[in-house]
This record gives sequence, structure tokens and C-alpha cells, in this order.
Amino acid sequence: MTLAAIAFYALAAIAIASAFAVIAARNPVHSVLFLILTFFSAAGLFVLMGAEFLAMLLVVVYVGAVAVLFLFVVMMLDVDFVELKQGFLNYLPIGALVAVALFAELGLVASAAAQAEAARPAIALNEQAAVTNAEAIGRVLYTQHLLLFQLAGLVLLVAMIGAIVLTLRHRPGVKRQDVARQVGRRRAQGVELKDVRPGQGLRERV
Amino acid sequence: MMTIGLEHYLFVAAALFTIGVFGIFVNRKNVIIILMSIELVLLSVNINLVAFSSFLGDIEGQIFAMMVLTVAAAEAAVGLAILVTYFRNRGGIAVEDINLMKG
Repeated sequence: MTLAAIAFYALAAIAIASAFAVIAARNPVHSVLFLILTFFSAAGLFVLMGAEFLAMLLVVVYVGAVAVLFLFVVMMLDVDFVELKQGFLNYLPIGALVAVALFAELGLVASAAAQAEAARPAIALNEQAAVTNAEAIGRVLYTQHLLLFQLAGLVLLVAMIGAIVLTLRHRPGVKRQDVARQVGRRRAQGVELKDVRPGQGLRERV
Repeated sequence: MMTIGLEHYLFVAAALFTIGVFGIFVNRKNVIIILMSIELVLLSVNINLVAFSSFLGDIEGQIFAMMVLTVAAAEAAVGLAILVTYFRNRGGIAVEDINLMKG
């Protein structure tokens, strides 16, 4: 068995086992940690396939951002997760049925696709062009797929604005800066002149 | 068995996809786990795209996988924001109670 085959089987086994643990774990925090493990193993599979750039992207985006976001939300929500786990067994038969049917179909299609592929001579992507994976992506991403690249940025911008709009709330009783009002304040609004008679003093208005 | 071909990667992706769909089915009450299952499904799609890209010698698949990654990240952010807002308004995240927009 070659080293690549051993690495593939190890990474695939870890990925599938931890993916199953994501949906089976009682504690959602454990689920998030298993999700991180799944993405890490998938990144390893990407490296094996020669897609190093996407592997690093997966680690940065998922392990660095999305998983931490999940972790924050899971820990922020004060929910009784044991109660949410009830009914797990009710949906197990139909879920298993759908899963088996789906896997059989996907397996059939995968075998057929791979068989059709075997007839063609395989071309190794990186050896063919003699450039690194990141360079190969960069060469087409900023030229042929520039519009797609910009649209991806737009999607992220809209998602960011949407998330802020959804979660932002103005609590009453919290002082905020209102620059227009602060700058537009006149002298008459802030200063009151009192005519104080000698010997009488100023009575405080209650 | 010895040489790792396209079908090996396709089977791993199929297994991950199936586990993701299965997770949506069995965790009917927990929205967080459902969101994580959706992430698993999108990851399996990415594995398929990269596998085909790598074995066909065409870089376009990896470009598309990047777009899937972008949309998955955006979806996770918006989904979790909706979840936080919902929890704030209702005090719980049980899926059965989400019927405000039923009309």
C-alpha cells in the first residue's frame, strides 16, 4: 500500500466518522468540534488531490471563521439541548431509509462516472501546466472569472450587512453619539441666563 | 484498492452528503445541528468539485468550489444571525415553535 493510499483511507475514515459524530453528539459544542475535525480531514483530502490553495482556504474560512461563529452562537444561547435531542429516535427509521437510498444512488452515479472517466487518459493538473496550484487558480480567477470573483465579494458584503442588521438592536437608556445633533446644538439650548438679585440667591427648581 | 482514483473521492463525498441529509432528518428539533448538517452537505459538494477538477485536469472546478465556499460562509453568517434574533424574541430555538409566518 502506498503512502498516498494510506493517507487517503485515514483522512476519509476520520472525515466520515467525525461527520457522523457531528449529528450524533449530545452536546452541540462537541458537534462543532467534530465539524472542525471533519473540515480538517477534508482539507487533507484536498491536499492529496493537489488542490493546496483550496485546502488552506478551507482551513482558514471554516476552522478559522465559520466554526468559531458556530461555537460563539452555541455558547451564547442558553438552551436546554437535552430537551432538543428528544425525538431523535422517532425520525430515525425514515431518515435511515432516505439515507440508504441516497447513498445507493450517489454510489451508483459515482461508479458510473469513474468508469466513464477511466476510459480517458488521466491528466495531472499541476504537472501539465508546470505551475503551482495557487498560481493556476490566480491565472484564471483574475482574468476569465473576474465577474464571478466580484460577485462573490458582493455576496459576502450583503451577508455581512444582513447579519449586522438582523442582530443590531438599540437598547433604551443607553447614551449614543449623535454627531448631527451634537454639532447643531445652539448656545441658547445649553446656557440659561438668570438674573440674580443681591442677597436672595438662586432657588433650585425641583 | 492501491491507487486512489476518482471513485474513491466520489464515495467519500457521497458518504458525507448522506450523513448531512441524515442529520437534517434526525435532528428535527435543533436548528444549530441542522445548520451544521447543511455545512456538511456543502463540503461534500466541494469535495466532488475538487475531485473532478483534479482528475479531469481542469482548474474551473476549483474556482467553482471557491464560490460554493463563499456562499456557504455567507449562509452560515446569516443563518446564525437569524437564529440569534429568533432566540432573543422567543426565548428558545425549537424548530416546532417556528410558525410565526404561518399566516
